[in-house]
Amino acid sequence: MKDDVDSREDRIANLKGMGCSRKRVEDARFTQGKGNYVDDIKLDGMLFGDFVRSPYAHATIKSIDSSAAMEVPGVLAVLTAADLEPLGLHWMPTLAGDKQMVLADGKVLFQGQEVAFVVARDRYAAADGIEAVEVEYEELPVLVDPFASMTSDVVLRPDTVADDGSPANGAHGPRKHHNHIFTWEAGDKEPTEQVIANAEVVAEEFMYYHRTHPCPLETCGCVASMDKVNGKLTLWGTFQAPHAIRTVVSLISGIEEHNIRVISPDIGGGFGNKVGAYPGYVCSVVASIVTGKPVKWIEDRMDNLMTTAFARDYWMKGRISATKEGKITGLHCHVTADHGGFDACADPTKFPAGFMNICTGSYDIPTAYLEVDGVYTNKAPGGVSYRCSFRVTEAVYFIERMIEVLAIELDMDAAELRRINFIRKEQFPYKAALGWEYDSGDYHTAWDKAMQAVDYDGLRAEQAQRIADFKAGKTRKLMGIGLTHFTEIVGAGPVKNCDILGLGMFDSCEIRIHPTGSAIARLGTISQGQGHATTFAQILASEIGLPADSITIEEGDTDTAPYGLGTYGSRSTPVAGAATAMAGRKIRAKAQMIAAYLLEVHDDDVEFDVDRFVVKGAPERFKTMKEIAFAAYNQAIPGIEPGLEAVSYYDPPNMTYPFGAYVCVMDIDVDTGVPDIRRFYALDDCGTRINPMIIEGQVHGGLTEALAVALGQEIAYDDMGNVKTGTLMDFFLPTAWEVPNYETDHTVTPSPHHPIGAKGVGESPHVGGVPCFSNAVHDAFRAFGLRQTHMPHDHWRIWKTANELGLHDQG
Amino acid sequence: MSKKQHYTLTVNGTEEEVLAEPRELLIYTLRERLNITGPHIGCETSHCGACTVTIDGKSVKSCTMFVAQADGKEITTIEGLGGPDALHPLQQAFKEHHGLQCGYCTPGMITRAAKLLEENPNPTEEEIRFGMSGNICRCTGYQNIVKSIQAAAAEMNASKEAAE
Repeated sequence: MKDDVDSREDRIANLKGMGCSRKRVEDARFTQGKGNYVDDIKLDGMLFGDFVRSPYAHATIKSIDSSAAMEVPGVLAVLTAADLEPLGLHWMPTLAGDKQMVLADGKVLFQGQEVAFVVARDRYAAADGIEAVEVEYEELPVLVDPFASMTSDVVLRPDTVADDGSPANGAHGPRKHHNHIFTWEAGDKEPTEQVIANAEVVAEEFMYYHRTHPCPLETCGCVASMDKVNGKLTLWGTFQAPHAIRTVVSLISGIEEHNIRVISPDIGGGFGNKVGAYPGYVCSVVASIVTGKPVKWIEDRMDNLMTTAFARDYWMKGRISATKEGKITGLHCHVTADHGGFDACADPTKFPAGFMNICTGSYDIPTAYLEVDGVYTNKAPGGVSYRCSFRVTEAVYFIERMIEVLAIELDMDAAELRRINFIRKEQFPYKAALGWEYDSGDYHTAWDKAMQAVDYDGLRAEQAQRIADFKAGKTRKLMGIGLTHFTEIVGAGPVKNCDILGLGMFDSCEIRIHPTGSAIARLGTISQGQGHATTFAQILASEIGLPADSITIEEGDTDTAPYGLGTYGSRSTPVAGAATAMAGRKIRAKAQMIAAYLLEVHDDDVEFDVDRFVVKGAPERFKTMKEIAFAAYNQAIPGIEPGLEAVSYYDPPNMTYPFGAYVCVMDIDVDTGVPDIRRFYALDDCGTRINPMIIEGQVHGGLTEALAVALGQEIAYDDMGNVKTGTLMDFFLPTAWEVPNYETDHTVTPSPHHPIGAKGVGESPHVGGVPCFSNAVHDAFRAFGLRQTHMPHDHWRIWKTANELGLHDQG
Repeated sequence: MSKKQHYTLTVNGTEEEVLAEPRELLIYTLRERLNITGPHIGCETSHCGACTVTIDGKSVKSCTMFVAQADGKEITTIEGLGGPDALHPLQQAFKEHHGLQCGYCTPGMITRAAKLLEENPNPTEEEIRFGMSGNICRCTGYQNIVKSIQAAAAEMNASKEAAE
């Protein structure tokens, strides 16, 4: 033991605590092909289940004949809604207060909808069985446009219509039409209208944030195993919220919760896709109960893109008012939200449009109003937060486009317009017009640092020259400078206003210190690549003074981990990270008493120092945490229980509000529509930084997903409701070839209410990245009269924009 | 369903006899019959490369090759590149340079990168990006993957020089 000779700096370094770029402990198994993902699970006698899916977007089901399928070698069962109905499982509740068919109950509402579940010896036999199931459909009129849906006589969901034909009230109050789901409002309507009516300058715009999909590389799947001998159900699956899944399975199956064990093994990326509960999970559980065998269900990529968890699909209409000098006075936003056939959005209960009401962004906007109308169409259900916290991406895209449009209206530089409207540092905590209280921020410092780093004035000068050259016929490439300053709202959230299915959105950590001074900590979250096993150990190392390398982090097994609401919406660090620090502090409090006893002084006479408690004023008298851990197990200390364990359930007092300043510089070939991203600068302020290496990795990844969404990725439908982008042939995932190198930077403005000041970062680059890429495309054409063109800005659409602006007539 | 046939594959240096339908895709033979679960399935259309293995000296997407087509061939997977006692320089470099996050693409990515460095021991960044463009990663944005491959190349070239 060298504790008494190492310098304080060495002792800090030995811990590998907060602030150090600790290498990831997860990587040994992943780099050797020894990860354990759900499809790697193999159990004795395991069967495979797969779906017969609807080829139609809207149809009545006349009949289902599975007799031929039952003759296929290896097929054991074919489940339909009629089989599930006696169990009450043919429909299931959604996270949004609606309900969803598990298997088609008389009709189908979107292409790819689950119609029957074929259970077979292996996946080939299941596929053969699916081919042999005869389903007779009668086509119905298809509604893929939410505006048409809101005026159509066609009733998509007869189950939501009252006996007199009027729309029954939904989970969020009265409905305006039989295909309408909810209206949700925030802010002050009349005052906002007045401010805008009397404003010196008003800019209006209508923008479509297209439907897309999180598309993690690993699709969704599960293995259900009902042990009929002891009555226990074990469910392994790609669950971003394993505890919530356990509660949901218990509620809908009637199996008592203590008899259900949900395990999320390694997860191959989530990005929001794996938050919801899907028919595949329910059918696998039922099939396991019916057959008495474990049943595996794994989506293929087409199933994944067509059915589970789309994101976005918001039609946003905005009006923003300002003085002639550019001081913003009011903001009005109306959203028509296309939710597909069932409202299965993954949002906290009280927020049917998520945190769209953060759409005043980083700006001090005194008056604002938001109204969102949710609408049923013949598209897949979902509405998940694709690498974002509950519609924050839509909100940030909206305001960052509105700022650009206002800049055009004012004939002003968009960077300067942002600067004069930022919430000032001294205004925090800042109460926004739409209700949120921003915890902390220093936007001007971040913005100025970003502008300086990219030499903003130099870029604008270069752009002016480029425009002149283009007009003179010297070049066919335009230059776009994309700007974004985003403010997120993450870390859901306070139990007082955030719950999912009635479950408060706290999170948890339980720590056990072993006698020899190592530890295990378990959390209610689950990593899908974020590196929790690495970073949560770093938080603990700094809090309890034991090396991160001596701390095992475990998540995802509901039999062992404390209850938590899981990992999405950048909530792991803000909520479970806080719980980890608080549980660590409980350990430290007990350790202090033990140390005082061992050192024969009063509790108040010792203080914590890196990895030990020292007697105040006598640093040579100390007990290391390692010594204290052993004492906790081998000493009879009066008034103190043996052992050294703690648990914390943390209910955050507020959300956290990470922010950032991004700049994208892009050259666009006017004749091919191909954009070349020559520079991307990303400054993130996520408060206290736990592991800079991991933060940087999250920023690279989030920006790349943002690039995908802004520049090509979409779930597109034709008029018949056919999905046009159901494979990776059509659904854009960027490769190394399309992706630039990114420059990362940071400022640090800690969250004042979080125990370690951390705000979360995983989603920031996606949230800020999408408008930044999009603004760069728009900016390239601003001098030629472009105000707004919808994403995704793929080559064809960019070419079309250039063409519509008459830029192909000049060459 | 068709009649099962016997096939002989050499996987990571070990000869394996399997009895399978000819239509069975190689990825399932590897994962489900031989318990080689390093290669993963991401798309079934040869786009994502999570299933990449090396067959007779070429990078192959094992999700779009029938087991019948692999009969008699030599196959290397991530499991054959290195293990706990001796990591492949690429495995080490991916760990060092944060070249992975969720880990799902990693086996295919490293298997492909090993082949790339065999073909071109001194690739430029552009050559790496082009040579890796058959493998999709949803987490890292590729920047650290490129860095990892560059670092492994440097390491492999240095040890080769030391050996000569």
